[in-house]
Amino acid sequence: MEAVLDVRDLRMRYGSADVLTGVDFQAHRGEVLALLGPNGAGKTTTIEILEGFRMRSAGEVRVLGVDPAHGDERWRAGLGVVLQSWRDHGKWRVRELLAHLRGYYTCYQQPWQVDELVTAVGLTEHADKRVMRLSGGQRRRLDVAIGIVGRPKVLFLDEPTVGFDPEARREFHDLVHRLSDEDTTVLITTHDLDEAEKLADRILILAGGKVIADGSADALSRQMATEAEVRWTRAGQRFVHSERDATRFVRELFAQYGEEISDLEVRRASLEDTYMSLVREFEEVAR
Amino acid sequence: MTPVTTAVRAGLRRGLIELRQTMSTAQDVVNFLLPAAVFLVVMLFLRQVPVKDAPISVGAMSLPSMLGLNVAFGGLLAMAQTLTAEREDGTLLRAKAVPNGMLGYLIGKIVTISGSTVAAVLVLLVPGVLLFEGIGLTSLGAWLTLAWVLVLGLVATMPLGAVLGSLFTSPRSAALVMLPIMGLSVISGIFYPITVLPQWVQLVAQCSPIYWLGLGMRSAMLPDSAVVAEIAHSWRPLETFGVLAVWAVLGLVLAPVVLRRMARRESGSSVAARREKAMQRIG
Ligand SMILES: Nc1ncnc2c1ncn2[C@@H]1O[C@H](COP(=O)(O)OP(=O)(O)O)[C@@H](O)[C@H]1O
Ligand SMILES: [Mg+2]
Repeated sequence: MEAVLDVRDLRMRYGSADVLTGVDFQAHRGEVLALLGPNGAGKTTTIEILEGFRMRSAGEVRVLGVDPAHGDERWRAGLGVVLQSWRDHGKWRVRELLAHLRGYYTCYQQPWQVDELVTAVGLTEHADKRVMRLSGGQRRRLDVAIGIVGRPKVLFLDEPTVGFDPEARREFHDLVHRLSDEDTTVLITTHDLDEAEKLADRILILAGGKVIADGSADALSRQMATEAEVRWTRAGQRFVHSERDATRFVRELFAQYGEEISDLEVRRASLEDTYMSLVREFEEVAR
Repeated sequence: MTPVTTAVRAGLRRGLIELRQTMSTAQDVVNFLLPAAVFLVVMLFLRQVPVKDAPISVGAMSLPSMLGLNVAFGGLLAMAQTLTAEREDGTLLRAKAVPNGMLGYLIGKIVTISGSTVAAVLVLLVPGVLLFEGIGLTSLGAWLTLAWVLVLGLVATMPLGAVLGSLFTSPRSAALVMLPIMGLSVISGIFYPITVLPQWVQLVAQCSPIYWLGLGMRSAMLPDSAVVAEIAHSWRPLETFGVLAVWAVLGLVLAPVVLRRMARRESGSSVAARREKAMQRIG
């Protein structure tokens, strides 16, 4: 099966600053990918190159089999981009705006019915309001609705939940899961690990211009948390030891001291610990 | 339907929706009617003041000139300002994210701007014809002249407005284009006959479409005897057509290039950066 997103050795340089130095990843149909990384890691740069809004410096990029730098309007119809609204289309009514934007897709594919879409994003009660009368959260739902109105095959969201309250965030997560059930491929950027874990089938961690980890949240915990901390008490004394192969170490410990050992604890660094130390490291380099 | 006809239709609908929105927003209607009302009142006071050496009042002469100026303001200023404003607020980026959205957006803008310019012309024209002596649109020829000057004027000014709007990145800097255009309108024989100005100023004014829009409107609406207040005592219809057509061609050649270049640069982060700047300005 052909990958929906196929990125190989993507490089981006602004002036003399190398922001991306060889990014590689693929995404398949219906996958939800989170591009996770500290601020300034190049997430927005990456997603805008995939959206065809920005020219890359080098590398191979295919979105739906097409190079975004040369994507035509038919290709564009297969993409959904969720943009952060501010005060655009303020005088338009929600339903009117969705119906209008829907119209552009009809010659390519079957877009959402406006009423269904309005219900799906939870704006039924506000469908006849002017956009400028919506609350911040309602506006963001409209942004999502606009992004998906054409039933895109691939959906891009750049830090979509900034400014969401916990409830809006949960509803948003539900919506994304529903979209991926319908075979939409979703690429989300975030600097929030918690969000990435909740949303994504796969997490890509972007740091230092490269994808330094790629896998499910579970796989990443195993892959990245290499050292474990082993603590125990023997002869009234507390010991702490850092160890790669904690299982072997503990086996040997018991072989040697047997019942003298008590209060044994093995703690693997969580993905969060690893990510946080990564962010700290990255921010120190940046400074 | 082909994608292009789909987008053209969507654009026409977009223009009509935006026109209806403007007409049903109280603030917009006031913004629209107030200047016209103020102008009419001022001109009513000048109804008895004759233009030097011409059988017509300053009020009657200014009315058609003002119609011409309205067309120029609509095509140049309104176009430039909505374009920069909608670039800042992300309307344009949304259009870019939709298949053929830019085409639809532009057609929508053309409809909105033409529609509101025609409305602005009517708002002055109807009371003007009733209130001012000497203003008449009694012959078919007069109506035809009015029509072609209006249409050609829009074709000449809207692409230029779009070019200006693409060159500025914030509505604030776009406000700067107000200044030269205001300056031009002062020397373009809108408020008094151009012939009272020094020769070189007349030459400058005759390079801009504003002067010719005023002249074209006067030629349609004023009695022939009023021609004595014009340069060379002539309505110069051929020259009017020629200069406006040159601007139209220039604009139509430049606008697609400039608009495409501008659109290519739009992205989520460029809109976010502008939004942040604007927020700082407000906050
Ligand atoms: N248009 C640009 N010109 C120059 N530098 C840029 C531009 N856009 C982004 N950068 C720089 O590239 C780096 C990555 O930015 P970005 O992709 O926005 O990161 P993220 O979205 O992960 O926070 C930052 O250091 C930023 O300053
Ligand atoms: Mg970013």
